[in-house]
Amino acid sequence: MALSTLKQACQLSRLAGTLRPAIYLSARGFAAEPAQEESETITLEVNPFKGHKVEPPSNVVETNKDELFDMYKTMFLMRRMELTADQLYKQKLARGFLHLADGQEGVPVGMEAALDFDDSMIQSYRDHCTYVGRGGTMKAVFAELMGRVDGPARGLGGSMHLYHREHNFFGGVGIVGEQIPVGTGLGFAHQYRDDGHVAFTIYGDGAANQGQIFEAFNMAAIWNLPVVYVVENNHYGMGTADSRASKSPQYYTRGDYVPGLWVDGMDCLAVKQACLFAKKHALENGPILLEMDTYRYHGHSISDPGSTYRTRDEVSGIRRARDPIEHVKQIIIEHGWADANELKRLEKELKAQVNADVEEAKKSPFPPEEDFYNNIYVDGLGAKLRPIEVGMDKIQLPKGPRGPSADASTH
Amino acid sequence: MQALLQFGRNGLRQQAQSKYLSQALRGYASKELTVRDALNSALDEELARDDRVFIMGEEVGEYQGAYKITRGLLQKYGAKRVRDTPITEAGFTGIGAGAAFAGLRPIVEFMTFNFAMQAIDQIINSSAKTLYMSAGTISSPIVFRGPNGAAAGVAAQHSQCYAAWYSHVPGLKVLAPYDAEDCRGLLKAAIRDPDPVVFLENEILYGSAFPVDDTILGKDFTLPIGKAKVQREGKDITLVGFGKMVGYNLEAAKELEKEGVSAEVINVRTLKPLDRETIVNSVRKTHRVVCVEEGWPQSGFTAEIVATVNEECFDDLDAPPERVTGAEVPMPYAANLEAAALPQVKDVIRVAKRCLGR
Repeated sequence: MALSTLKQACQLSRLAGTLRPAIYLSARGFAAEPAQEESETITLEVNPFKGHKVEPPSNVVETNKDELFDMYKTMFLMRRMELTADQLYKQKLARGFLHLADGQEGVPVGMEAALDFDDSMIQSYRDHCTYVGRGGTMKAVFAELMGRVDGPARGLGGSMHLYHREHNFFGGVGIVGEQIPVGTGLGFAHQYRDDGHVAFTIYGDGAANQGQIFEAFNMAAIWNLPVVYVVENNHYGMGTADSRASKSPQYYTRGDYVPGLWVDGMDCLAVKQACLFAKKHALENGPILLEMDTYRYHGHSISDPGSTYRTRDEVSGIRRARDPIEHVKQIIIEHGWADANELKRLEKELKAQVNADVEEAKKSPFPPEEDFYNNIYVDGLGAKLRPIEVGMDKIQLPKGPRGPSADASTH
Repeated sequence: MQALLQFGRNGLRQQAQSKYLSQALRGYASKELTVRDALNSALDEELARDDRVFIMGEEVGEYQGAYKITRGLLQKYGAKRVRDTPITEAGFTGIGAGAAFAGLRPIVEFMTFNFAMQAIDQIINSSAKTLYMSAGTISSPIVFRGPNGAAAGVAAQHSQCYAAWYSHVPGLKVLAPYDAEDCRGLLKAAIRDPDPVVFLENEILYGSAFPVDDTILGKDFTLPIGKAKVQREGKDITLVGFGKMVGYNLEAAKELEKEGVSAEVINVRTLKPLDRETIVNSVRKTHRVVCVEEGWPQSGFTAEIVATVNEECFDDLDAPPERVTGAEVPMPYAANLEAAALPQVKDVIRVAKRCLGR
């Protein structure tokens, strides 16, 4: 059903109160009590997928009010988190590298709607939103940026190295392209254990020409590994446009014998649909490649204004036409689940939540001295390491496996 | 009894000081094992012991191993656990790194460590550093193994020694076995170790046989990682080396003994974390040290030993520490030049004597 017809149906339904199009269950205002009833399922059309050596899934996506609100709130929090991270850096509380993903929130949110935490995931250094999608907290992100102990890496990693082992999120990888063979290895482990889960291996258009990716594709395909490769194509590898870096910027076709889908990455529902399809495909038929067409509003990193290689008009144009948060907001408003003012109030609450998280994170201390040498090895063997000069005491490592990985890695 | 038959009465007296005799007497079923079979049996036993262990690399399966180290293992354990890969080191090393993150225990074979340069980002930035960057939550119980250093007539691209490169990096454990006992004990320990281990073998030694006893052949025989071995006790000079150079140093010690010099031979075994204590204690005893390696001298592994000795027991030295290393040239092919590029036993003897002031 065309979107315009849906809109008409929405309006009609709201006005009439009793008239319902066939696909609608009910239309209630945001203020009404949501808890008692099953959440209203609707179907929507998304931008059609493009397939490479695979029949693309239908572009009619099923969702419901609860899910949409969840996605909207999560994306909004992610957006605020990235903008707050920018401020932290300007206040010199965050240091080193900072790669923000505001504009790209539709991808992690759509992905997690299709997966569970027993599926594995690995990402590049633009990992804050992916980490939050994997169940990490914003407070933890802020703490890690400031190098404090309540960060997921206890301040030892920084912005590019966020991990969540319990939810099978393996980083946060700083070297462009390195994560693709590693993610393939995560899929290898799923297959080895025959556990019915997949590995989502995410990289950017900047990485998409790396040789090791094609080495990984080859082995994933030979061995039928349950890996979903995801190219977050934000159209710029640092400052180089995809068409300048790639002879073929149709990244979803670059797997050759690995089938691929082009996805509107600014629409979290399209992302969800593609990921549901891809997970099923990977488990039954082996690797598949998803190209998420997305966009970052910030430059490559905090030191990049993002304006020397693209126009400000382009950035604002995309923000106007395709912003992932605005898109879901419109759906919510059109279905009468809230009006603009109610959402503004909600956003104010969410902003306050983010600010509170930052203040909490600021209270977290820097890591203690033991963290300096605690995690060089799981089993330090009682070895003595050399300090910066021989007059100082040797660094004495503990003996025997210890730390968060001790149980998992010993036998 | 066997030793008596093998060596005769005079031989027995000569062997009285040696480790071999004590080993021979200890093990009632004394036998010999090649380095190849030592490695093969270690892999076999660890595959049997732990389902999470698997081997991955070029020609490890149907070819039976480029150097036959993995002979028979595909037949015994199947293609899931003995995995032939395409010739794509960066790719399969990264796959191993990821599988280890997920809790499997991969053994990644490099046909030689020269080819591992294509994968070195995965070894260092994925496997070595992730435990630290993740504050201990993501570990890498992985072994990277294969022949390292000079072979015979394989020229410059196939002859580099990577001991210095890997032993430089915190987060890695680096082992360099010498004999069959080392190969069994250290490889089994490496596979059981929860951290990433670079295991530097030597192609020339694969065919060499060494005596082993029932202890060494035991299914749970391991050697401690992080401990150097006093391979031969002595009191006049310390000879430090790893891998094949331990054999050279033992031969040099035998020759030096004829001239009344008692040389102590240290088998480093673990390049990282380095057992500085054993080396320094030996130098405190003998007051002189010669470090021997086949790798290049600049920033080489022996440079670290010399720095350590200077820093920790300078006052115990009666002569400057000496090094015998490979020559600073890419490895030539011609046999005469190749021989000139590498230390020989006679070089070790000559330098040891110089160190002793003879």
